[in-house]
Amino acid sequence: MTEVVIAGIGQTAVGEHWEISLRELALYATEAAIQDAGGLRPQALFVGNMLSPILSKQAHLGALLADFTGLTGIEAVAVEAAGASGGAALRQGYLAVASGLVDAVLVVGVEKFNDVVGAEIDSALATSSDSDFEAIQGMTPTSQAALLMRRYMHEYNVPSDGLAGFPITAHANGVGNQYAMFQKAIKPETYAKAGMISEPLNMFDMAPNADGAAALVLTRAELLPHDFHHPLVRIAGSALASDTLALHDRSDPLYFEAVHLSTGKAIKQAGITLDQIDLFEYFDAFSIYAAIELESAGLAIRGQGWKLAAEGEIAMNGRLPCATLGGLKARGNPGGATGVYQAVEATLQLRGQAGANQIPDARYAMVQSLGGPASTAVTHILQRMD
Amino acid sequence: MEIPRHWRLKQQRYGLVGEVCPHCEAKIFPPRDVCPSCGQEAKTLYTFSGKGEVYSYTTIYEAPSGYDQNSPYTVALVKLDEGPMVTAQLTDVDNSQVQIGMPVEMVTRKLRNDGDERGLIVYGYKFRPTMNHI
Repeated sequence: MTEVVIAGIGQTAVGEHWEISLRELALYATEAAIQDAGGLRPQALFVGNMLSPILSKQAHLGALLADFTGLTGIEAVAVEAAGASGGAALRQGYLAVASGLVDAVLVVGVEKFNDVVGAEIDSALATSSDSDFEAIQGMTPTSQAALLMRRYMHEYNVPSDGLAGFPITAHANGVGNQYAMFQKAIKPETYAKAGMISEPLNMFDMAPNADGAAALVLTRAELLPHDFHHPLVRIAGSALASDTLALHDRSDPLYFEAVHLSTGKAIKQAGITLDQIDLFEYFDAFSIYAAIELESAGLAIRGQGWKLAAEGEIAMNGRLPCATLGGLKARGNPGGATGVYQAVEATLQLRGQAGANQIPDARYAMVQSLGGPASTAVTHILQRMD
Repeated sequence: MEIPRHWRLKQQRYGLVGEVCPHCEAKIFPPRDVCPSCGQEAKTLYTFSGKGEVYSYTTIYEAPSGYDQNSPYTVALVKLDEGPMVTAQLTDVDNSQVQIGMPVEMVTRKLRNDGDERGLIVYGYKFRPTMNHI
C-alpha cells in the first residue's frame, strides 16, 4: 500500500477567539500547514467539524473553507463524528492518499464554540448523543461522563480524588505548549477542593470547550524532495471503529469496545506491539474517559487505569507519557478540531520539535479521538521516518 | 416544533413498549427491530414492567435549554428487571438520597417545555423509588 506521510502541520492557539471567525481560524491553520509543507498544493480537503451547523448556523464547510483558503475548485467535504470528527477527517484524508487517487490532501479541524454561550452550547453538545432516548431526558455529554465516573469509582473502589492524576498531568504538560489554553500547573489540593459540575465529576475532570483550528498536509513520500526541510512522519496505522450511540445500549458501559477495536487494528497495521509506543495522545475530554481508554486499549488492567495517572506513569518522565502537550484538559477541547491538534502534537514529538516537552527519541506515537463515550473511536499510529 | 418526532414515540414514552426477539427471547428497549443479541429480526412488541434499579446517577445543575425549569435534576442509568438499560431522570426523590442499586419504577412526567405558553410540552418516562421501599 502507498506510504502516507505528514508533510505539513499548522495550528492556532486554543481559547476564546471572540474576534476571529470560524473561516478565519481555518485559514490561519491552513496557511501554516501549507507553508510547513513547502508550499505543496492540496488536491482535496477534508474538514473535521462537530457543531458549526448549530453554533454558527453554517453547514457546507467543505466548499466554504476550500474557497476561503484560496483553494476554490478542489474536492472538499466535511466529516462529522462528534468529538472524533478531527480524527475521522484525518482517516478520510489518509484513505484518499493511500488509495493513490489523490496526491496531496489538506485535513483541517475547526470548531467555533464561542459564537453562542451557556445553555445553547449544552443543547448543541447533546445532539451527539441519542436524541430520542438520551438527550430528551435532559442528559448531556458531561453528565454521561459523570454517570460512568460514579459507576467506575463504585466498582473499583476508587478514592474521591483518584482521578486527579489526569488533570494534574495535563496541566503540567500544558505549561510547555504556547498554543495551550491553560499553561499553568495545578496542585492535588486544587483538584480536591474544585467545584462540582455533575457529581462526582468536578471542574477539573472535564476539558474546556474552546475555539481553534489545526491542519495537516498529507502526501506520498516520493512526491517530496529528498532534502525536505524537516523530518517526515508517516502514518503507520489508521483505524476507525464504532459502538452503540447510546450508552445504555451497552452490556458493559465501563469498557470502550470501539477503543479496543480501533487500537487493535491500527497497531496490527503498523506491525508493532503496544509496548513500542513512546507516547499516547489519548482523549481526556473527561478524566474518566482517559482511564477507561487506557484500559480498553490494553495499556492498563481493568479497574487500574486511574492508577497509571495517580502513580505518575503517564507523566512526561513516566513509562508511557500521555497528553504530552497538555491534552484536551490543558490545551483545550476545540470539538471537531481536537483530533487534528492531537496529530499535530504527536508530529511535533516525532520530529523532535516539542521543545521543553520533548519525549527523548520518540519513534512511535498513538493518537486516539473519541466521539461521545467512544461511540466512535479513531486511532492513528504515527512513526518517525529515519 | 418537533411534534411528529415525539408523537411517533408515544408508545415508548408513555408505556415503555419495546420488543422481544422471537428467536432468542432477548428483551429490547428502545425498540430497534434487529435483535442486538442474535442479529435476527425482532419486531414483536413487548411492554416492560417499568421496574428496575439504579446502575449509576448524577445531578445536573447547568441544564440544556428546555430543561432549565427543572434544574437541578438527577439523571440515571436504570437497569430494567427484564435486562435492558435506559437513560432517565429520577423524580419524587431527594437527589442526595439516591444510591446505586436503589429499586425504582417508571412514572410519566413532564420532560421538557419549550418556553412560551404555546410551546410544546413533552411528556415521558421518569423513574421514582419503588413505592414499597420508601
